[in-house]
Amino acid sequence: MSEPRSDKNVNVSELSSVTVRFAGDSGDGIQLVGTQFANATAVAGNDLSTLPDYPAEIRAPAGSLAGVSGFQISFGDDSVLTPGNKPNVLMVMNPAALAVNLNNLDKGSVILANSDAFSQAALAKAGYTSNPLEDGSLDNYRVIGVPANTLTENALKESGLSQAQVLKCKNFYLLGILFWMYGLPLGPTKDRIKSKFAKTPELAAANARVLEAGYDYAETTEILDARFQLKKSPVAPGKYRNLTGNEAAAYALITAARLLKKKLFYGSYPITPASEILHTLSKHRSRDVVVFQAEDEIAAMCATVGAAFGGELAATGTSGPGLSLKTEAIGLGVIAELPMVIIDVQRGGPSTGLPTKTEQSDLLQAVYGRHGECPLVVMAAASPADCFNTTLEAARIAVKYMTPVIVLSNSYLSNGSEPFRIPKLSELPRFQVSPLPAPEDFKPFMRDPQTLARPWAWPGLKGYEHRIGGLEKADGSGAISYEPANHDRMTALRAEKVARVAKEIPPTKVNGEAEGELLVLGWGSTYGAITSAVAKARSAGLKVSSAHIRHIFPLPPDLETVMLRFGKVLVPEENTGQLATLLRSEYLLAPLGLNKVQGQPLNADEVLAKIKEVLGGN
Amino acid sequence: METKLTAKDFSSNLPVKWCPGCGDFAILNMVQKTLAGMGLPHEKYAVISGIGCSSRLPYYVNTYGFHSIHGRAAAVASGVKLANPDLAVWVITGDGDGLSIGGNHMMHAIRRNIGLKIVLFNNRIYALTKGQASPTTQPGTKTKSTPAGSIDYPFNPARFAVGLDCTFVARGIDNDIPGTSAILERAARHNGTTFVEILQKCVPFSDKEFDPIKDPATREDVLLRVEHGKPLVFGKNKDKGIVFRNFRPEILAFSGAVPPEVAVYDETNAEMAYLISGFTQPEFPVPLGVLLSTSKPAFEDLYYAQVEAIGNTKEQELETLLAGPDAWEIK
Repeated sequence: MSEPRSDKNVNVSELSSVTVRFAGDSGDGIQLVGTQFANATAVAGNDLSTLPDYPAEIRAPAGSLAGVSGFQISFGDDSVLTPGNKPNVLMVMNPAALAVNLNNLDKGSVILANSDAFSQAALAKAGYTSNPLEDGSLDNYRVIGVPANTLTENALKESGLSQAQVLKCKNFYLLGILFWMYGLPLGPTKDRIKSKFAKTPELAAANARVLEAGYDYAETTEILDARFQLKKSPVAPGKYRNLTGNEAAAYALITAARLLKKKLFYGSYPITPASEILHTLSKHRSRDVVVFQAEDEIAAMCATVGAAFGGELAATGTSGPGLSLKTEAIGLGVIAELPMVIIDVQRGGPSTGLPTKTEQSDLLQAVYGRHGECPLVVMAAASPADCFNTTLEAARIAVKYMTPVIVLSNSYLSNGSEPFRIPKLSELPRFQVSPLPAPEDFKPFMRDPQTLARPWAWPGLKGYEHRIGGLEKADGSGAISYEPANHDRMTALRAEKVARVAKEIPPTKVNGEAEGELLVLGWGSTYGAITSAVAKARSAGLKVSSAHIRHIFPLPPDLETVMLRFGKVLVPEENTGQLATLLRSEYLLAPLGLNKVQGQPLNADEVLAKIKEVLGGN
Repeated sequence: METKLTAKDFSSNLPVKWCPGCGDFAILNMVQKTLAGMGLPHEKYAVISGIGCSSRLPYYVNTYGFHSIHGRAAAVASGVKLANPDLAVWVITGDGDGLSIGGNHMMHAIRRNIGLKIVLFNNRIYALTKGQASPTTQPGTKTKSTPAGSIDYPFNPARFAVGLDCTFVARGIDNDIPGTSAILERAARHNGTTFVEILQKCVPFSDKEFDPIKDPATREDVLLRVEHGKPLVFGKNKDKGIVFRNFRPEILAFSGAVPPEVAVYDETNAEMAYLISGFTQPEFPVPLGVLLSTSKPAFEDLYYAQVEAIGNTKEQELETLLAGPDAWEIK
């Protein structure tokens, strides 16, 4: 990265990682400036992790506590695993944003506030009786009040824009100050603004101008006495982009279809927080990326089953309530033994629950939530970029074993982002489909002896015409069968086929010693928090290791052995103990739980505190 | 282009398991004959059904077939068709399957004008589950679930489809082989969604349901056979016609030549189709034939035309596509 331009003599501290939180009204462009900041830190060579935090209402009343939108980013030189716990710097666009976020801020942290927004009326809306920027209540923090409205107006005096348009740019003023604090170069971001606002070049110019004005303000005024220089991250060489979990899942589906040399069919119904998969794929629609917005969740699932029957790579995405609606049709996919990927971006439940908040509470629904004996493969992604790898692997398993596969993501992964190294085609796994026998030897429910997959013959292939459906099939021929022993056999075959997917699972990786007092075992989005907490605990001398599983059903074949090498096993989950329940039923082992069901991600401090509690001592 | 196929070529030779005397046998034969007459090979057909007696049909047709779940045939078929627009996709459903549990999918398939050939067998009863009232059961009908007589207002399937601007709507009856076969053949050649309601008797549960419109002695007085470009005339002696007074249909009895005020049917006129498809006994004769046939681009045609116009991402290198515009290089 280029050296930040500065003539000012200030105290430059070298940091290894830092967390910044942007907060303001839903309409303040918080996600926009957060994303710009994230991209700038990434281009500067930092590892990073981000998490947007939206209110459920699209536009709650301006200035209200309910309308506060947030965007948090951690970046630095280590492998940054979570968007951080407590921010070191909080940027607030109004008093409500301060009120909502102050209790999550350590004393001594920096508060960068738009002081122009702290009017009597705005203070009252946020529940303040006096102005916290002035009344001494924030004396334990480093408060930087900047009259961003006024300064933005000054910067754009000559622009010819309306007052409303001018004030829309004020978020970039504060962003400019943050760029200065972290020594980030302005050039790449100005270019990005230009392309982002390509249709309104006057707004692009205004935002870039205001960004620069903010930077210069920080450079020349006395209110800032510190800036930070981040050490460069040791990031593997390659081409990178920033991806959210939902974008990563969408690109994985496109990639899977290419590797399979088939069309991708994505049938979906809008639902928070999964809709961005639909949006991303819709942007890439082509003859080979077919996106179908169905009339409801059931139709989305049924169309996906239909496309799988039609011989294409079929997928759908949803969240918990949608998965519930899809279950009957998923059962059809199981008995018809068709390949498909079902992405469940979990959110707080039950029912409408907390639609924009995160949770891990669909695990048991994914594993068991269908009528009849209805096994399928369940996998879980650990980080935003891992949504790519997990979804790609899910598609590979689906077609190899002719089975539906559920991928569990969640709100935290879907909206969060991190740098994703763009893989080369040659690095990607090969997709394998059982070859079709000659038409005269074909039977719809004959099986590959290794995988037990049935042959995939789709409409259009001459000589393989056949009828399938939801009724029980005779083993081999696929004719309707009510024969008792056949149903028993087919039930066992379907279960055995899914059980054989365990052969695809690599050995469980243990971070730390392979045996010891405590294993912290996680799945899904808690990866960052668990790994950070265990690293801290180990550097404090505690005998603790961690492992994170991608395969929920079937479980990794070595998992029981791995668990038995430890005195205790702790399973942190954002639910009341769903993986723990599964582990108990599979292995008759009783892990300890750390359970949080608040719609907020588990953080490393909470995991660390629990590790200390379990291991005794401090 | 190839040897001529017959109805028999489209039989899967499985034992057909409907009750003796069921109207479904006749419909199966007509469907097989229609498929054979289209000049398409077996493998280009996908016949998709839901659940119910009618939905057994795909097992008996020697093509690709999918007996899916209750009510969802149109949704499953939409996935098949959109992914593979070259296939001829038929949907076999019934009054309960297609209009009760599957009403939403039916409605939206029609709204999209997706190329599905929908055949709805209307026996006005849930037969597979042994005799409960369906959404087309007539008021007052005693069934196992309505022992005191049904109080639900019934759907009129053909009018339901006309009301949704379906581009092809017709009604046939199981005992009218030439008329219903002609309808199916026209449906098979139509571009977009086709909705064919076939009145069909169920021996155990609605055996007498259509007797008045089937009995050769009485039927011509209670049936209206609509035909594009022909006056709306009915009756054993062709002595009754339909006239419109202030948009209200009325029956005009006449003798001799058809009076000029008798309406001439126009199957491209959705308003006329709406009025005529609403005819029910005893006020009006029951209309049979092609009620509506209009033309607009099918969903799959619009879809693939639009993606061609958007530009072809399929030719983009995967790595370029994954990189997007904002990638950076770390060396």
